[in-house]
Order: sequence, then C-alpha cells, then structure tokens
Amino acid sequence: MLEYWLGVATLTGIYMIAVLGMSVLTGFTGLFSVGHAGFMAIGAYTSALLTKTYGIPNIFGVISAMAAALIVGLLIGYPTLKLKGDYFVIATLGIGQATKLIIENLPGITGGARGLTGIPPGSSFLTVLIIVVVVIWILRNFLRSKQGRNCVAVREDELAAASIGTKVASYKLLAMGISCALCGLSGALLAHFMQYLSPSMFSIVKSDELVMTVILGGTGSLTGSIVASLILIPLPEVLRFGAVQEWRMVFYGLLVVLVIIFRPSGLMGNREFSIAGLRRFFENMRLRMKHGRAK
Amino acid sequence: MFFQQVINGLSVGGIYALMAVGYSLIYSLLNFTNFAHSITVTIGAFATFYFLTELFENIYAGILFAIVVAGILAILIQILGYSVLLKKNAQRIYLLITGLGISTMCDNLVIISFTSRFRVYPVNFSTKAINVFGATFGTIDLIILAVSAVALILVQLFIKKSRAGLAIRGASFSLETASIMGINTQKLIMIVFLIAGALAGLAGALLGAKYTAYPALGTNMANKAFISSVVGGLGSITGAVIGALILGIGEVLISGYLSSAMRDIFSYTLLVIILFVKPSGLMGVDIGDRA
Repeated sequence: MLEYWLGVATLTGIYMIAVLGMSVLTGFTGLFSVGHAGFMAIGAYTSALLTKTYGIPNIFGVISAMAAALIVGLLIGYPTLKLKGDYFVIATLGIGQATKLIIENLPGITGGARGLTGIPPGSSFLTVLIIVVVVIWILRNFLRSKQGRNCVAVREDELAAASIGTKVASYKLLAMGISCALCGLSGALLAHFMQYLSPSMFSIVKSDELVMTVILGGTGSLTGSIVASLILIPLPEVLRFGAVQEWRMVFYGLLVVLVIIFRPSGLMGNREFSIAGLRRFFENMRLRMKHGRAK
Repeated sequence: MFFQQVINGLSVGGIYALMAVGYSLIYSLLNFTNFAHSITVTIGAFATFYFLTELFENIYAGILFAIVVAGILAILIQILGYSVLLKKNAQRIYLLITGLGISTMCDNLVIISFTSRFRVYPVNFSTKAINVFGATFGTIDLIILAVSAVALILVQLFIKKSRAGLAIRGASFSLETASIMGINTQKLIMIVFLIAGALAGLAGALLGAKYTAYPALGTNMANKAFISSVVGGLGSITGAVIGALILGIGEVLISGYLSSAMRDIFSYTLLVIILFVKPSGLMGVDIGDRA
C-alpha cells in the first residue's frame, strides 16, 4: 500500500515538472499550447530508445531527451512566434498530433500503438523529488531575473514591452524552449518510471490537462501551479471508479470556464505562497479583528 | 478509379469546408480560433441520429433538425462563454482557454449521456452505386457533395449580397471601427456564430451518415477542418473552402494509393509544413505585426 502511494507521489512529481514548464509558457509568458504532450512523447521515446537499444546510462538518456524536445520546440517556435495571430497554437496542435501519429505508425522502432516495453528502470521517488526541487529552485530564480520579468512584460502588454526595447519574439522563444525542455525531462522520467510507453499516454487530452492545471493554479504563480499539480494530478488515482473519469473532465472544463470568466488570474492569482506572506496575512487578520472592519 | 477517388475526395473536402468556413468566419471577425467548434459538429450528428430513430425517418428533416440544434448550441456557447470576455475586451488567450474548457466539458458530457458506441443512422441510403463514364460513385457521396455545395453557395451569397454580409465584411477589417460607424456588432457576432453552428450541424449530420455518429467524431473532423482553414489562410472564407478541398482530395488519394494510416500523418505534416513555408496560407491576408 505504501509502495502504491509512493508510486502516485512519484508520478505526481513527474507530471508536475511538465506543468511547471507549461506554467512558464502559458502562465508567465501568455502563450497557449495544445500540443505539449507531444514534447513529453519526444522526450520519453528519445530516452527510452537510447537507453534500451544502445545501453546508454539513464542520465544521458534524460539529457538527450531534453535536448530533443528543446530542438523540436525551437524549430516550430522560431517561425510561428514571430507572427501575430493563432499560428503558434496551430503549430503546437500540428506537432502534438503528428508526433503521436508518427510514433503509432513506426512499429519497427517505437513499438507502434501496442507500446514499447523493457525500458530500463530509474526515476525512484527520491530522484524525482530532488529533480522537482531543483527545477522549482531554478524557475524561481529565472522568474525573478531580468529575463523572467521580461517574459511577464510580454504577457501583460506586447506592444508596451516592445516599445521599451524588449525583444518580444526572443522572450517567447525562450519560454517555449524552457517549457519544451521541461516537458522532455518529464517524459523521460515517465519512461523510466513506467518502464512502458504507448502513444495513447500522450494524447491531446493530456496536453489540454497540462494547460488546464496551470490555469486553475493561477497564471503567473509558480506556487499556484505546484498546488494545482499536487491536487489535480493524483485525483484520477483517487477517483478510480465508474464513469467518474468523464465527470472529472466535465468538472475541469466547467471550472476552467468559470475561472477564466470570473477570476482570470486563477486560484492563487499572481501571488506566490511563502512563509513571510503567510505571516503577513495572519498579522493583517489579527489587526482587522482588533480594529473591526475599518483598516 | 482515379476519377472516382477525386469525387470521393471532393465529398470529404465538402464536409471539411462546411466546418472550415465556421472557423474562418469567427476568426475574421473576432481574431480568435473557436476551440468549441467541434462540439457543434458532434451534436449535429447525434441530433440527426435521435431525430431519425425517435421521430421521423426522413433524412432531410433530420439534417434540418441538426442545423437548428447546432445553431442554437453555437449561440448558447457565445452567450454563456465568450460574450462576457469579449465585452471585457479580454486577451485572446483567455478566449482560447474558454473554448478549450467548453469543448472538454461538452465532449465528456456527450460520452456520459450517449456512451462511446458507434451509432448507425436507421435510414437506408440506396446502396446501389451510380454509373457515370464507367466510374461508379456511392449515392451518399453525391448527396454530400450536392448538399455541401448548395450550403456553401448560400453562405457565400449571404456574405456577398446581403446587408448583414456587407457589415460582416466591413467589421472583419476592424470590429471597433464598424461599431463606431453604427453597426450593431453584438448582433453581427451572433449571426456569425449562428452561421458557423448551422454549418457545423450540417457537417455533423452528413458525417454521421458517412461514418456513423460517435462522441469523438467532432474533435477528429473539426481538427481536419481547422487544418484546412490554415492551409487556405486563416480568416479567408474562399481560402477555407479551397484548403478543405485540397485536404479532402489529398487524404482520399493517400489512403487509396498508400495506406489509410498515412492519411492523418499527411494532414498534420501538411499543417506543420505550411506553417514553415507560408504561414499566411494560400489566400491569407495580413499577418504581420499589428498594434
């Protein structure tokens, strides 16, 4: 039983890495993607095939997975991010679907729709936990850096950002690169955790779930994405009965629409959760209790 | 054989065109992709199926019913989902996410209420094929071809000749300017969603007749239509139709001469290639940076 829940926790950590990647792209830079499960697939299959066929150590498999996802991401991002309009979204749809279809139709290499087995194990709970912590630490510092702030500027107002000299397309590409590399990392870890891959694990529904998790957590809040991942990713494991899966998706969809209409900044808004913030919150509460409603 | 494939491709392309025009109309006016478009297609197919099994066994009445139901659904989506955001002048990404949320919600509601079974229309299309110049055509393909051609011509006439059509063409340059000029843009948006929904409902009814009705029908087919509208040039109605016909014929030829597994790879690869080579599509207009 403990082992089962440890597995769920590991899986949550693995998907959280992908959600954090999407958080940089959708939450902080304001770009929308419906194909990031495709980048997870690229990462997963790259690492799985390299380690399985050539016996490369897992760590190098994971690094090549990140590189592969990054390269493909930059390739489709470079021409489309410069354009005004929905072209980038369309490109992510194309790449997400094409990746899945190509994997399905290359049974000689990828095992086709039946899946790929015999992937070397790795990704223990501890490994994933360490990687998640490192990723969060790096992203936190990135978002506080000049580059990170420029990404937020691009989300808030492209024209204004460009007028003060921010290279809008470059920062969009940067966010795209980070999200793709993280999705590749997440996919590779998934491959070594499951030791089995099939193209159906990377469907468009998975891409949609990544976006929706970010939105529900709050656009522009890293802690929001973390909290949303911790709640939403283990949910399908807890609710394993009947038609509950469909109802879960109905609920997600409804929640996303309601959040966008009534509270577009999401659960956490653009606030970050921190100990100091919590102390401030309680201090305010205490003062408010003391002096009544008036501030 | 080749001629036959081309006719088959035109009928597939005709259905794609019905849906692609919906994407283009909404994009040309509001500058965003309606991700909730696919659900109106699915509902069109199921509306026809239930009309035929529960009420009348008349396929034409069934198609009409689908058009009405899907049209109403599209209007509801606009009122309940998009209108609040459009009034607030929200960023485009919020509209996309709302569309995604609506389509996720509705797709799963359809699975819950109708189950994932494949439903065959009870109407028996005369299976005997028609012979022209030595080539044989399925009756259903010819019906689809004729119906979608008529529908597309009607929409084109509406856009080109009517006063509302003129307003739509004007507003597609700038919605704001049109509203300053005294055009009721709220009404225009409603009209555009109604047309898009009605065409999607028609497409759904025809798709159900050709392939049976099932919950993922809309998503599968609307993605193809979306590709068509990109190939033709986002926001251009003529482009959408041309793109749809190219995609339809290409897909049929590929599955006829290579393998049906290659068909979807062809479509999505075409999409990625077009975005690399000529992102504005065949008939695309102005995609440069605009304030």
